[in-house]
Amino acid sequence: MSAIIILLIASISVAAIFLAAFIWSVRNGQFDDEFSPPQRILFDNSPSPPPKNTDQ
Amino acid sequence: MIQITAGIEAGHAGRQIRLLHLHPNKNPFMHSSANTHTYQQLVCFHCGEACTIATITAENKHFCCEGCKMVYQLLNKHGLCDYYSLNENPGLTQRIPVRKDKFAFLEDAAIQQQLISFSNDQQTHITFYLPQIHCSSCLYLLENLHRMQPAVISTTVNFSRKEVSIIFDHNHISLQKVAELLTGIGYEPYISLQNLQHHKPGPKKSLIYQLGVAGFCFANIMLLSFPEYLGLEPADLQLQGVFRWLNVLLALPVFLYSAYPFYESGWKGLRHKFLNIDAPIALAIIVTFSRSLYEVISGTGAGYFDSMAGIVFFMLIGRVLQDKTYQQLSFERDFTSYFPVAATLVKDGQERSVSLPEIKAGDTLLIHSNELIPADGICTRGKACIDYSFVTGESLPVNKEMGEMVYAGGKQTGSAIEILVIKEVAQSYLTRLWSADVFKKNNEPKSVSFVHLLSRYFTYILFSIAAIAATYWAFTDSTKVWNVITAVLIVACPCALLLSNTFTNGNILRILGRNKLYLRNAQAIEDMAGITHIVFDKTGTLTTTSEQQVTYEGLALNQRQQQAIASLAAQSNHPLSRALVSHFGNIQRLPISAFREIPGKGIRGMVGDQYISLGSPDFISGYTTTIEKGARVYVAIDDKVVGHFSMHNHYRESVAPLVQSLSAHYKLSVLSGDHDTERATLQRMMGASTTLLFNQQPGDKLQYIKKLQENGERVMMIGDGLNDAGALKQSNVGIALADDCNNFTPASDAIMDASQFSHLYRFMRLCKANKQIVIASFILSIAYNIIGLSFAVQGVLSPMIAAILMPASSLSILLVTFGCSNIAARLFLKDVPRT
Repeated sequence: MSAIIILLIASISVAAIFLAAFIWSVRNGQFDDEFSPPQRILFDNSPSPPPKNTDQ
Repeated sequence: MIQITAGIEAGHAGRQIRLLHLHPNKNPFMHSSANTHTYQQLVCFHCGEACTIATITAENKHFCCEGCKMVYQLLNKHGLCDYYSLNENPGLTQRIPVRKDKFAFLEDAAIQQQLISFSNDQQTHITFYLPQIHCSSCLYLLENLHRMQPAVISTTVNFSRKEVSIIFDHNHISLQKVAELLTGIGYEPYISLQNLQHHKPGPKKSLIYQLGVAGFCFANIMLLSFPEYLGLEPADLQLQGVFRWLNVLLALPVFLYSAYPFYESGWKGLRHKFLNIDAPIALAIIVTFSRSLYEVISGTGAGYFDSMAGIVFFMLIGRVLQDKTYQQLSFERDFTSYFPVAATLVKDGQERSVSLPEIKAGDTLLIHSNELIPADGICTRGKACIDYSFVTGESLPVNKEMGEMVYAGGKQTGSAIEILVIKEVAQSYLTRLWSADVFKKNNEPKSVSFVHLLSRYFTYILFSIAAIAATYWAFTDSTKVWNVITAVLIVACPCALLLSNTFTNGNILRILGRNKLYLRNAQAIEDMAGITHIVFDKTGTLTTTSEQQVTYEGLALNQRQQQAIASLAAQSNHPLSRALVSHFGNIQRLPISAFREIPGKGIRGMVGDQYISLGSPDFISGYTTTIEKGARVYVAIDDKVVGHFSMHNHYRESVAPLVQSLSAHYKLSVLSGDHDTERATLQRMMGASTTLLFNQQPGDKLQYIKKLQENGERVMMIGDGLNDAGALKQSNVGIALADDCNNFTPASDAIMDASQFSHLYRFMRLCKANKQIVIASFILSIAYNIIGLSFAVQGVLSPMIAAILMPASSLSILLVTFGCSNIAARLFLKDVPRT
């Protein structure tokens, strides 16, 4: 009985945390630009990538 | 085009010479040559354009112009050549150099104030709009700006808005220098008068929050409702109350917050004495919530919170899809975003930048080559050769002598001139034209969606069913009257109609957007479907402004003479010279000596042992003639006139087939600001039934459309320039055509990439299919409604039935609309190349 109540509270609060995370991420602008972040992570900080000989 | 290919290596010179490969949307007018010749071609390492001269090289790489080479050397110096390895030829051509002091106005404190978003004693934050941003290389280069200039603290690119936010140390670098730094690497900031007046509003996020909250509540209410659906054991009955009250708590945010857009829009409609679709939906939400709350309080049942939250959730998804905005595009631009921020004022022999509103009558302004004339004035020095194509639709530049009047909005194509301002910016011809009443037309919706009308009938039928059922029950079992009325309203709210509409619209908008037709809103789809008459602008719409068709009449020219003419013309920046250069294409160039350019007249120079002159007849022959000199370039070799080149408008290749398919279904008109010299050609191309009108002023165009509308036509206007702005606004659907969608376009309902012009008819058919899909899915939802209503009128609508019916109908509508609109798109757009 009380186990159900505890589980309920737990499940709703987990869901609420995700809701809060979602709202935070929208407010933080994470959905404003869907192109740059996935590209940015691929950029090397080294001056140039190792050369490869591929003439397409 | 957007890809990261490690295989393309920056330092490999061997692959410089390859088959002519062009980026699909970078250089639209070179496709014809790519189709006909497949010769080995030098392309610019920086921008990928064909190199006309093979002598501009650096480190075994070829460049089309000194500008591109300079950018490369700059990047190379700072070790930023990854720029070239991320994408092939990522740059944009630097052939037209940016004037040195162009950004001098950024030193003006008042202008700075308006542009800067934040500043303290160490750093300044500024956001520039860079329309050139197009690939990951741009991102890489701009975000590594600090490696070139240590005073730049950080740069962040917002790709979808094409903006870059720069934080820099203003003690070490000025704002002007930052702008010049960006310009130097090929990203010239676009700063317009509109930037100063108001900033772009950010995207509306409240709808997303409302959707998030509704989703959270919906899922949890569903979960908590399962005991109700499945039934509880008698021992657990006290839990029932807990579940129900938790549901009330979870339903409150949906009722008060998430459903707010529906109350707002329904109320707005009612205030204008118009019953739109949101009003009955708001009513249904309120009725459902109140009855459910009553049931929980009285302990008679669990209510329909799950259905309510589900419906709100689904309707919000539809709305978010439909309200998708194209952040990087602006549909509301006016002339202020076309004008520059500042002009160069000449006073006592000194030049200084002055912001536009400060220009007074009597000031002398220096207008550089390729600059806009900001205010009406008199040309006092130099020869004006002004391109008014954007403002009036005339396709060829107009020559103005000293003492003649020049109007604001034209672009000086010759060398620098000085003008004496006679009217302030706010009173100039263009500005007054804009502030005329017709241009300031209210922004109220032009038409009402058929969905609202349909929902009205739906509501009437619903109310009569509720009334009949209530009367029946009043005589049989009066305790059930309220139960039945509310059940009918709950189960049969027109949300299915709204769902089918928003989901179909959203999907069609997305499909059209992928095909580079960007609609301002969903209503434009429906307006496009109902069009009866299509009006085209000529200059820039049916024709391309970037290219002229060139024909030659006179003595035959041999190969060497052709080379000589092309080489000479390549030395000049005049539009007619440029047309000649592109006419000759990739012909071998010869060295030139004794080159002279006489602005507004022509050019001459020695090529080998030949003395070549190109220009107007009086320049070539020495006496004045009256024949349309603007469209002709005369050629003299060794002072003997050998012939002339005539420049014609170059019609887009797609015009003829498009007209053929359109004329069977729509009435067509062409309005042109030009003279009627090409009437015969145009009439042949457009078919005999097409109305052609020439010498049309912006106001005439608008009046013509108004007249059509008074005759009951629904008009679509397709134009590109400021001269079409009034007509675009007046028409039922105004489409602005743009070679580059990020450039300036006048206010319109839609922006179409010029490359997609030929597919217009297919897009219109897709828009027509939109309505049929909405109606089809609506019929489907009526089937669900009949099932639901049959339970409701009997007074036996259990929460379980409602909870199955509602999501089932929503989901099936979702599937039907998405499926049908994708099938329709595949059917109608199968020949349209995907990008």
